[in-house]
Amino acid sequence: MDFTRRELIAGCSALAIAAVLPSVAHAITTPEERETAIREATRGATVTPGRVTLGIPQVAENGLSVFTTVTVESPMTEADHVRAIHLISEKNPLPRVASFHLGPRAGRAKVSTNIRLANSQRVLAIAEMSDGTFWSDEKSVIVSIGACIDGG
Amino acid sequence: MLRAALLAGLLALPAAAQTPRIKSASEFLSPDLKALQADETANPGMLWVDDGARLWRETAPDGKSCASCHGDATESMKGAAARYPQVGAEGRLLNLELRINECRTQRQIAPAFAYESEPLLALTTYVARQSLGMPMAVKTDDSAATFYKRGEAFFHRRQGQLNLSCAQCHDGVAGSRLRADVISNGAINAYPAYRLEWQTLGSLHRRLRACSLGVRATQFNHGSDEYLSLELYLAKRSQDLRIESPGVRK
Amino acid sequence: MALAVARVSMPATAKKGDIIEIKALMRHVMEPGYRSDNRGQIIPRDIVKSLSVMYAGAEVFRMEMHPAIAANPYVVFSTVAVDTGELVFTWTDEKGATTVEKKPLMVTA
Repeated sequence: MDFTRRELIAGCSALAIAAVLPSVAHAITTPEERETAIREATRGATVTPGRVTLGIPQVAENGLSVFTTVTVESPMTEADHVRAIHLISEKNPLPRVASFHLGPRAGRAKVSTNIRLANSQRVLAIAEMSDGTFWSDEKSVIVSIGACIDGG
Repeated sequence: MLRAALLAGLLALPAAAQTPRIKSASEFLSPDLKALQADETANPGMLWVDDGARLWRETAPDGKSCASCHGDATESMKGAAARYPQVGAEGRLLNLELRINECRTQRQIAPAFAYESEPLLALTTYVARQSLGMPMAVKTDDSAATFYKRGEAFFHRRQGQLNLSCAQCHDGVAGSRLRADVISNGAINAYPAYRLEWQTLGSLHRRLRACSLGVRATQFNHGSDEYLSLELYLAKRSQDLRIESPGVRK
Repeated sequence: MALAVARVSMPATAKKGDIIEIKALMRHVMEPGYRSDNRGQIIPRDIVKSLSVMYAGAEVFRMEMHPAIAANPYVVFSTVAVDTGELVFTWTDEKGATTVEKKPLMVTA
């Protein structure tokens, strides 16, 4: 019996064995919830795109661990530095991902971590400066789905 | 094109006596995941290596630790993992987990660790780590031959609701995409591995059970004869691939 | 058996004023509270809430985490080498339990 690629894919995905698998059922952040999260992080201030670079893959191999780096242009002196960096998700169950609190003793405004993305979405990085201004960068990430449902 | 490749693969099987040249699954990973595996601080599997190092020195109730007999693992365990599975004194095929438990019960006089328990995972990973970068090199002749042949037959046998054999994917269409995954050769040079799907580290047999379920075939138990023989066959397939344990996999 | 809970890597020595890169990995399931088990019961949320790093008399770094941080949370950040001393890493979960790791740093002139 020959197998076409279609048959392989259909075969792997078609047979539901939901009774055996741990399942995930969750809400998705609404645009309003995302806006609220941004407002909370920025205390209502205006956010200007720029000065921030969000390093994240265009296509995430696996949504369970996506390596993310945020870099902000800043001399990181007492007079001029990054106070905090916030990561905001668009379509995860919750909009807040993480907040990093820095300061002049960081030396460099660059942080990295592994985040979870529930599905393809935009990720927003916001930086709060010591002068009270807020800057941002946003990237779209495609989260690919694994081949087989194998129950772990 | 795919049909021809599959057909060619299937036709070649009965005659397959030599191990095909296969790649480590790392070669199919994204640069980010490859980097994660290579970085000793970022690779979550290293937490189990740390545990294993601690356990190695922990004394069992009768007073012996692994170190009491084996000394410094970084010396004594070099190359050990590369030679497993292997046939033990009583003619049983042993993988690393079974050997560790054999030491536990017969020499340390302590209860065996349950399969997939934290201590067993930690010790297996710690011992495997001592062979980092060394080529896999199992014996498949003499007393191992029967087990090897069983494993080879398992790998080529169609199973389950999808009537698929391991060979059809992992030899036949390795390198092709199944949704967003790239089908690997099924090499086992990086186990125990931290699998993102599990959000934790797990053993090879756990992964084999996931494979079996993925193709809707019977899942065998950890330490079953089926998976042990298969493990020997897979280890031979992975011959000369460098040990990477603990690997990071999707 | 005590589980290994963290791995921190950073240089052991640095010159005063150097910016050093620090990598910290902590063992934690980071259970988001959305998954259910085989019997359909929700697995309760259990996450690390924050990582705080103290060095030379001040908190030099703090990371607040939410369920979207991957299991076994990993972070890379930097700090300026100011004085010989100890960096103290404290991870706190939502129930208030803490995990502490200390790393010495020798700072030369």
